[in-house]
Amino acid sequence: MIDRQNSSDSESSGVTRRTALKAVGATLGAAAFAKAISPLTEWAAHESIDDFLQKHYRELSPVDMAVVLERIAQDTREDYGAEVEVADHRPQPGVKLGYALNLSICVGCRRCAQACHVENNHDRPSGNSYIRVLEMEKGSLDMAKGNVNYDGPVPKPDKFYMPVQCQQCDHPPCVDVCPVEATWKEDDGIVVVDYNWCIGCRYCEAACPYHARRFNWTKPRIPAAEVNPHQSYLSNRIRPQGVMEKCTYCLHRTRDGRLPACLEACPTGARVFGNLLDPESEIRWVLAHKRVFVLKEELGTKPSFFYFFDE
Amino acid sequence: MNPSGFRFTRLTPALVVVGLVWIAGGMWLLAQEARSPAQPGGGHMAETSTPRAQPSELRLPMRSAGVAQPRVLTDEFDHHGDPVYAACSTCHATREANFKAGLDLLPTEFHQGLRYSHGELNCLSCHNADNYDTLRRADGRALDYQNVMALCSQCHGPQTRDYNHGSHGGMVGFWDRAKGERERNRCIDCHDVHAPAYPRVNPVFPPRDRGALEQLRREQAHSANPSSHRHD
Repeated sequence: MIDRQNSSDSESSGVTRRTALKAVGATLGAAAFAKAISPLTEWAAHESIDDFLQKHYRELSPVDMAVVLERIAQDTREDYGAEVEVADHRPQPGVKLGYALNLSICVGCRRCAQACHVENNHDRPSGNSYIRVLEMEKGSLDMAKGNVNYDGPVPKPDKFYMPVQCQQCDHPPCVDVCPVEATWKEDDGIVVVDYNWCIGCRYCEAACPYHARRFNWTKPRIPAAEVNPHQSYLSNRIRPQGVMEKCTYCLHRTRDGRLPACLEACPTGARVFGNLLDPESEIRWVLAHKRVFVLKEELGTKPSFFYFFDE
Repeated sequence: MNPSGFRFTRLTPALVVVGLVWIAGGMWLLAQEARSPAQPGGGHMAETSTPRAQPSELRLPMRSAGVAQPRVLTDEFDHHGDPVYAACSTCHATREANFKAGLDLLPTEFHQGLRYSHGELNCLSCHNADNYDTLRRADGRALDYQNVMALCSQCHGPQTRDYNHGSHGGMVGFWDRAKGERERNRCIDCHDVHAPAYPRVNPVFPPRDRGALEQLRREQAHSANPSSHRHD
């Protein structure tokens, strides 16, 4: 019925089916093109030319770096309404930062994960944190069997609690797989990411056997009053959307000699932090006197993060 | 028919309108996408901020200022209306020491509501019957309340050793002591002296990342139908 009407229409008015299809095709084509180039407009809205042309972290001169840090502070002011101070903390000579965690006294209260969330300017809605606390069956160290969705009261008598964060490996698989060298290991042992160089391919997330890397699916949302203003280029400055991030042992604190935020939040003192190269340090005492192990030793990653039990 | 094969006809206006709507729609979508992520982070954040943690009875690391001499609240008020505290010796000077008080014989007249669970000790294992304003070492010597850790250390050797090597008890400040000071909790900042077992608490900050939610979903599916992937 409709067909007959159309054909009689076109015969009388002269619009052929071909003409109509051409018009529809042209319109669809225009719409598809507009959609296809839409990321470009998004990019333009977000990223300045300076941002786009910025060199790799390790190629920035001190002058370049000062300009970059000022620009980041300026962007944070505009985007988040927060006054922040972004610095570039460098490794201290003669220091290799190490962490040890006492599984005998960790109670699983998750305050370390919460402190990380606040300290590192994580996205609020997703409750992101570099620390994941696993509730484990006594007698097993199989991370895959750990439960992160446990509830209180803790500690439960038949369980132990194992917080897992970046292990700052000496042979980091995440660094090996990065196609653009946006992540590397620094002289004090910290594996860092240049958020401006990262292309967000997430290879490193897949390569990490400790599930320690996180991806910024969205632009982090943080109320201005909650932004931690004490920031560093390689650690807790607010990350852009679409890049990887990871625990840096709070290098903006620890490279100044301060304790990491997760340690200060620990109510039991399960966490021990210090310089692995200093034979007098407390962490060296732990390594020498406690039953110490590393996670997934068989992978040969050589973590700078150690777990131990009391006798 | 013109050379291009296109003639202005009755249908043409309709096609043009449809086309314009299409393009306008496309542009609108584009504009929406360009605009939405550019919203400032502080916009509609109030309802999505971190949920506050459940209060628990956990004693947190604190920047405390030394152990004060304990004093007991009396039911008297001074002329400012402030409650009056009394030193231990105020009452104990007039009372006979009861060496049996403790595990099986809790005080009923005073110190009511004291929760006591500390091994086989009784009151005078630690409190000094000769001078109630001090503590008593195992060898009978008096010990100031300020040095309470020396009292605990008499029995809790491994904990003392670990504490002395920085691997027991919370702390804040600097790991690099050349750069700054560090403050540490003492035994009694975290442990109730009369019932020192560490309390069980509700964890804070439940995870909401994709991995955690995925695991939760799997667990729920599994508990709803526990035999599903075993017998197929």
